[in-house]
Amino acid sequence: MSLDAKVTEIIAENLGVPAESVTPDKSFEELGADSLAVVELVMAFEDEFDIELDDGDAASLKTVQQTIDFVKNITA
Amino acid sequence: MRKVVVTGMGIVSPLGIGLETNWKAIQEGKSGIAPIFLFDDPSGLATQFAGQVPDFDAAQWMTPPEVRRYDRFLHLAVAAGLEAVEHSGLVIDDSNAKRVGCIVGVGLGGMPSLEQTISTRIATQKYRRVSPFFIPGLIANMAPGLLSIYTGARGENWTATSACASANHAFGAALRSIQAGACDAVIAGGAEAVVVPTTIAGFNAMKALSTRNDSPETASRPFDKDRDGFVLGEGAGFLMLEAEEMATARGATIYGELAGFGATGDAHHITAPRPDGSGAVDALEMALADGGLNKEDIGYINAHGTSTPANDVMETRAIKTVFGDHAHSLAVSSTKSMTGHLLGAAAAVEAIYSLMAIRDGVLPPTINHFEADPECDLDYVANEARQAKVTAALSNSLGFGGTNAAVAFRSY
Repeated sequence: MSLDAKVTEIIAENLGVPAESVTPDKSFEELGADSLAVVELVMAFEDEFDIELDDGDAASLKTVQQTIDFVKNITA
Repeated sequence: MRKVVVTGMGIVSPLGIGLETNWKAIQEGKSGIAPIFLFDDPSGLATQFAGQVPDFDAAQWMTPPEVRRYDRFLHLAVAAGLEAVEHSGLVIDDSNAKRVGCIVGVGLGGMPSLEQTISTRIATQKYRRVSPFFIPGLIANMAPGLLSIYTGARGENWTATSACASANHAFGAALRSIQAGACDAVIAGGAEAVVVPTTIAGFNAMKALSTRNDSPETASRPFDKDRDGFVLGEGAGFLMLEAEEMATARGATIYGELAGFGATGDAHHITAPRPDGSGAVDALEMALADGGLNKEDIGYINAHGTSTPANDVMETRAIKTVFGDHAHSLAVSSTKSMTGHLLGAAAAVEAIYSLMAIRDGVLPPTINHFEADPECDLDYVANEARQAKVTAALSNSLGFGGTNAAVAFRSY
């Protein structure tokens, strides 16, 4: 599975939304996430990709595309 | 003062999901007690069985992320609470939302979440991996919180906690709220789901639980000579309580009147009741007086009847003290013989069984009554349900801390 698809899957599963609604331009807020759900989502990324985000990193991630780019960058 | 009536009921218990499923099982005298299936390998525990809700899929009531984030007692609370609201037919909308409250009795709260987080995150020092939903997903008052979110009820919203009497305190508070005019309706009940090793080990340490591992179905035997402790159970029960004039104005079906409430404290011991049962006596008498009921009006008492050696003798004494000669002409039963002890939800499901007894003229049995304890000599409706017209019933509950609470229901 590509990294893009994996990120999409994690978001869909964590937020309980259909995978097809998780398009790159969407923000987590638009996908129905409140601040607690975003924290939970960041934890899921950390677990899946074995990375650690500091609070600044986590706060900078607001959209699907930003997350994909961030993970690509840090795991490159 | 305004009368308060019951217009809806909802329940999940070890006997099943839903009002009619439960009532059928009660009338058939079924046991809901089974070897533990809610967690793996209970073999190290002194007690390896419990009353567990069978075939419960929380995803029928909420989304998968919500199921994951909320503790099991919240799943059960939502299922039973929504059934009660639906059963009542009350439409909660902008015209009445601020007049509809939600008060829920919870004894322990999110013990499973607590246990899991401590064992997988805290004990391993993965502090940064504690879920942001850990706290909101386990606090006791998230039960009324979620029910308000799902139903739109915006009246008073809180949790009563008094161990095994919690739900009766919730009913009492709801009664007062409606009588005083603070609310016109209250979704009131109790929820508990703590079948996890932590809880069982804790109660085992107190020697409070039955250890009849070779025969789980007969382990809960209130008032029986060989009873050896209570059986832990889980579940939730809810009543839709409404001001009489509101219920009649909308043509609601009324299942009975919540007529009276009585509550006292023992000032005696952290877990043992006063041996003479005087705390319970006073609570029962208060509930009768509060409801304007004569002793002879009471045809049925749903007893606390935990199946512990101390409770059942004490409670029998208390009933005899309150009722005198009439104690031998009324029926007393403990539905905990079938459900186990639902702690904070116990009084909630027991109120429902009492109301169904009034509705259908059927007395719930005390199953597993094999040999009478000489000190427990009332009519416990042994082993088989019985037909009898009931015009008024009491439901009695006592809790650790020396708390006593009773409610009285009258046919309507």
